[in-house]
Amino acid sequence: MAVIAGVATSDYPHHPELTELGVHAIAADRALADAGISWDDVDGYASAGFFPMHAVQLCEYFGLNPTYLDETNTGGSSFEVLVEHAAHAVDHGDAEVVLITYGSVQLSQMGRRLGTGGASPPPVGPAAADAVWGNTLVGNYALAAARHMHDYGTTSEQLAEIAVTMRDHASVNPLAQYRDPIAIDDVLSSRLVADPLHMLDCCVISDGGAACVVTSNERARDLRKPPAHILGAAHALTHHLNISQMPDITVTAAAQSGPLALQRAGVSLADVDVLQVYDSFTITVLLTLEDLGFCAKGEGGRFVEGGRLRWDGPLPTNTDGGGLSACHPGMRGMFLIVEAVRQLRGEGTARQVANAEVALVHGTGGMLSTGATLILGSHAP
Amino acid sequence: MSDLPEGARPRIAPIPDAESEPFWTAVNEGRLLVQECSVCGQRQLYGRSLCTNCHSAALTWIESSGLGTIYSRTIIRQNPNRSFKHLIPFVVALVDLDDGPRMMSNVVGTPAEDVKIGDRVRVVFEPLPGAALPMFEVFAE
Repeated sequence: MAVIAGVATSDYPHHPELTELGVHAIAADRALADAGISWDDVDGYASAGFFPMHAVQLCEYFGLNPTYLDETNTGGSSFEVLVEHAAHAVDHGDAEVVLITYGSVQLSQMGRRLGTGGASPPPVGPAAADAVWGNTLVGNYALAAARHMHDYGTTSEQLAEIAVTMRDHASVNPLAQYRDPIAIDDVLSSRLVADPLHMLDCCVISDGGAACVVTSNERARDLRKPPAHILGAAHALTHHLNISQMPDITVTAAAQSGPLALQRAGVSLADVDVLQVYDSFTITVLLTLEDLGFCAKGEGGRFVEGGRLRWDGPLPTNTDGGGLSACHPGMRGMFLIVEAVRQLRGEGTARQVANAEVALVHGTGGMLSTGATLILGSHAP
Repeated sequence: MSDLPEGARPRIAPIPDAESEPFWTAVNEGRLLVQECSVCGQRQLYGRSLCTNCHSAALTWIESSGLGTIYSRTIIRQNPNRSFKHLIPFVVALVDLDDGPRMMSNVVGTPAEDVKIGDRVRVVFEPLPGAALPMFEVFAE
């Protein structure tokens, strides 16, 4: 049974002195050091990025010559999928030590042109269906939020509660991009970007990198830190980037991947001590909570009220401050894994969840398009 | 389009390919088409070489009534793209056509804040330089 033996992040959210590959390198070196594994022992590598043969480029840059390679790209959920694949490879004996890295200098490259998602893809092929209307990345999520509000009476105040909780978690994360506490009124009075989503319903834009090391439980016994056991994993999708093709805009791929991962892990939702879910937008969290089954479809708004997602609440979620406040460097999936492993090890510092033994990690990629769930545990199954 | 504000660019026009050419050609002629499967009867957008329901390749284009209902809508208030920035605020909507498929479009002719989910809409053809786009306007039945 495969485990995650090492995790690390770069000192996000600003890396003006680094290239994208350099951010990967820092995260990789730190994750290997965290595990106590040498570069020479890496025989598998995985990463997802925005140019073809991305993982091959990284191997050349690192001076790695692995015999297991994966660059499956499902957007922000890629890293949950890459860990799932790496676990299978390790279990199957195809690799012994798989290094998985992410890096981005998105913030430094964008400079002062920070937009909350303006670029439309070229209006060619299937993309033309949605690309010619002036919609934005935020607009896609806004369409989902608007329909959820229409169907279930979800309010902007309820969505804001998610942003407020993430900011509270970020306030004690020294690396977090934004740390000053906010209140629900601050979210509601921030400018509307795409109705009903306000600026503070949207993730931050950061530089940053993160990495993990997947190996066998047997190998991990001699390593310097307790491993996080990969108890179960699954992924699913509903559409590519045209949100007009999403069958029900309020139901994400988490509705498939979540139950499947839990079943494979032999774990129930009641066993989950800490949750790390993709929070590109507040609505992403709300839909994911419903689709994973923490509450019924339509009840997510009421579910998040009263600080339920706080680190000291009943369902501690995104304890590092999430993409909404801490760091969102394009594809955030690896950061979810890093924080989950830290919680399982008791390394959660000021926001450590008491007795965290089972973590659920859920990445979302594309435009609410893909979902990938990992169940991690501090004990072997 | 000579009256564009300074710095603005014309709206982005679709670049038709073999599968979408019938759709965009019809739009230029003032007709909205949807693709229909001759085997299972499913109607779909965007145009493809197979039916997403039964995977038959027996597809034809049929003319839509152009009537539909707003499934969801947002008001775009920030878009740095110079093809759209000068149009802000504007409505982006998902429209469920009475004929079956769902499509993304803009809703025009009504103040943005007044456009609601569930509103009945009908297609209007907005000219672009060298092309047209099928947009929608709210109407009362």
